[in-house]
Amino acid sequence: MDKIWLIIQREYLTRVRKKSFLIMSLLAPLLLAGTTIGIAKLSGSSEADVVAVRDESGQQLLQHLTSTEDVRFVPATGNSLYEATTAFKEAKPKQQALLYFPPSFTLDNSKGIQLLADGNVSLKRQSNIRKAINKTVGTLKMSRSGLNQTTIDNLNANVEMDAVDLTQVGGRKNNVGATTGAAYVLSILVYMFIFIYGVQVMRGVSEEKSSRIMEVMLSSVKPFQLMMGKILGIAAVVFTQFALWIALSWGLTTLAAPLLADSVRKSPPVAAASGVQEATADRDAAAYNATTATAPEAPTVSTSPWDFLDGLPVATIIGGFLFFFLGGYLLYSSMFAAIGAAVDDQTDAQQFMFPVTIPLILSYIVSINVIINGDPNGPLAFWLSMIPFTSPIAMVMRLPFGVPLWQLLLSAALLVSGFIFTTWVASRIYRVGVLMYGKKVNYRELSRWMFYKG
Amino acid sequence: MQPILQAIDVHKAYAAHTALSGVSLDIPERSIFGLLGPNGAGKTSLIRIITQITAADSGEIRVRGEKLNPRHIGQIGYLPEERGLYKKMKVGEQLLYLAQLRGLSKADATQRIKGWIDRLELKPWVNKNVEDLSKGMQQKVQFIATVLHEPSIIILDEPFSGFDPINANLIKDEILELRERGATIIFSTHRMESVEELCDNIALINRSHKVLDGSVRDIKDTFKTQTYVVEGRGRLMVTHPDFEVLEHKERENGHFYDRIKLHAGTTPNDLLRYLIHNVEVHAFREQIPSINDIFIRRVQETMPESLVETTPA
Repeated sequence: MDKIWLIIQREYLTRVRKKSFLIMSLLAPLLLAGTTIGIAKLSGSSEADVVAVRDESGQQLLQHLTSTEDVRFVPATGNSLYEATTAFKEAKPKQQALLYFPPSFTLDNSKGIQLLADGNVSLKRQSNIRKAINKTVGTLKMSRSGLNQTTIDNLNANVEMDAVDLTQVGGRKNNVGATTGAAYVLSILVYMFIFIYGVQVMRGVSEEKSSRIMEVMLSSVKPFQLMMGKILGIAAVVFTQFALWIALSWGLTTLAAPLLADSVRKSPPVAAASGVQEATADRDAAAYNATTATAPEAPTVSTSPWDFLDGLPVATIIGGFLFFFLGGYLLYSSMFAAIGAAVDDQTDAQQFMFPVTIPLILSYIVSINVIINGDPNGPLAFWLSMIPFTSPIAMVMRLPFGVPLWQLLLSAALLVSGFIFTTWVASRIYRVGVLMYGKKVNYRELSRWMFYKG
Repeated sequence: MQPILQAIDVHKAYAAHTALSGVSLDIPERSIFGLLGPNGAGKTSLIRIITQITAADSGEIRVRGEKLNPRHIGQIGYLPEERGLYKKMKVGEQLLYLAQLRGLSKADATQRIKGWIDRLELKPWVNKNVEDLSKGMQQKVQFIATVLHEPSIIILDEPFSGFDPINANLIKDEILELRERGATIIFSTHRMESVEELCDNIALINRSHKVLDGSVRDIKDTFKTQTYVVEGRGRLMVTHPDFEVLEHKERENGHFYDRIKLHAGTTPNDLLRYLIHNVEVHAFREQIPSINDIFIRRVQETMPESLVETTPA
């Protein structure tokens, strides 16, 4: 045990002392803080799209097209479509697109509408504009059929809906944005770090092999100790990096918080909108709390950048993230270690990396579709978060949505047995591979190594 | 005296070939033991079993009568033929690390490293990365790493390869010095001149079998062919019932050089008596086979069908 500790120390210290480690540790939080501030600035200044409208149909559509938070409609300048096209491009303030209603357009023949823009118009923008036109045409049709404006206004339902998560204490309002965001960020962190540091393990092993120090090492320590020492040493590096990042990001974001608050205040439409939302939320929450006879929460108004964490099971997420990351890392890095041991140089490693990276990549892609875009508690999501090869990513992705305790524990137990199994297999391959030089290995050879004696 | 290291009927087979079949060895304490054999004979396999890198399929290794176990790791020092160090690690740190892995305490290791560094003139290199050192320097560092924990058994696999003559001599002196201080040295090589110079005992392994072992002197005695070299002046009888002239060379002024093999029952003194009566003797010496000759002879004897060994190590 002393020896494995020495190996862990060496692996850890040689990596932490590297300049690249220091640079990564400092740069990443700066980048994170930078992007956070950047996004805040950008979203603060984002205004409704301006769409110029050229109506040749004579239906007075522009008057009826109601501008919303997202789109504002203005009349196009110029006497022809061609002139309008050039005019909207040079317009100030900037106009994003030109909406054209052809002369053939009537309420019953709505074909031929065109949206002209430089480059592609995003789907979201198109759908906003389409919605506005639909609503206008609908209203016009209704008024043509003899309904008066008040009736029409009454007919147009303007529904607002809040999703309330009952698993949360006091039935907090469900913050889908934060949940989804957390699911994305955490799972991509797991994916990236397993990959980056798994490959580091592999490179470390193949460097040891190609520098021919293996025989000296193995006359002092067991191959298993050498392999686990490296894997755990690198794991310690990852956690150090995490700790540094969290500390630095927290420090930087706290420093940057006043800046964020400023930029929010500078953008009245968004601030107003969110103000309304908050008020509604508070009222609803109060109403809900009243019905469930819990003490109403004091409406807190804070400008902390960590507000988005409200409503998430933070402790479970952090604990789960650390556990599943470590488990996944141990599972995959032992396989990477076996690859490093089996091949003579790193170009040969490619063919063996493929089957190891495929489950990793697939579990990320499939999980996004199944969990974030689908049902986070559905049967497929369940199985993905149970199989040890996919669970590190899938379970971490499910965590922000709330996972029943028994599933967490079952998945954790399966992951532990999973990495014990891969580590065992890997160590069998490793111990033969590290002393095998000048031999092209294939899968059959590898499977034979597993059953070598001694 | 109990041998410090014993191999008893050791077998080891890999998927494709047999590396060792029934090899038994006794290695006496405080000796320099030469483990000889052509490439692929099984030397490295045997060493890897002794150093506990692999295990034997059957048979056992005993250290001072005790079955080999992990506690022995600290008593064995091993310099493999394939040498390497961590390239990006400083010389001092590397030595400390390797010594600690062999069970030395940090304080002990630091002190001993200092001693060895001074001895082998590596002082200016202590804080350099290994990759900045010349190959010879790296070899010295490796040698230090092998003996730092003062093992009682030191295994050196081709220790002189890669050393220039000056450093090779330095290492040779260190090896002799280590034996003086009580270490047993196992020497795996196919460089015969160093064997004759250093080894007290040898074992010859060929194609997974031990084909010969014993003290260098005994082996040489066994392989003596009762052949004597005679130089002198005069005329020597070519046929004689007691001996046979294997080679005869005439030199100027009636000088000659002969190699003479004695028949069974004839002593060198008989030959000498005959010579003294018949010719003027300038030189008379026994032709002693070199270890190299013995090595080649035994290998060829045990390898009738081909002289070239192709099985990889």
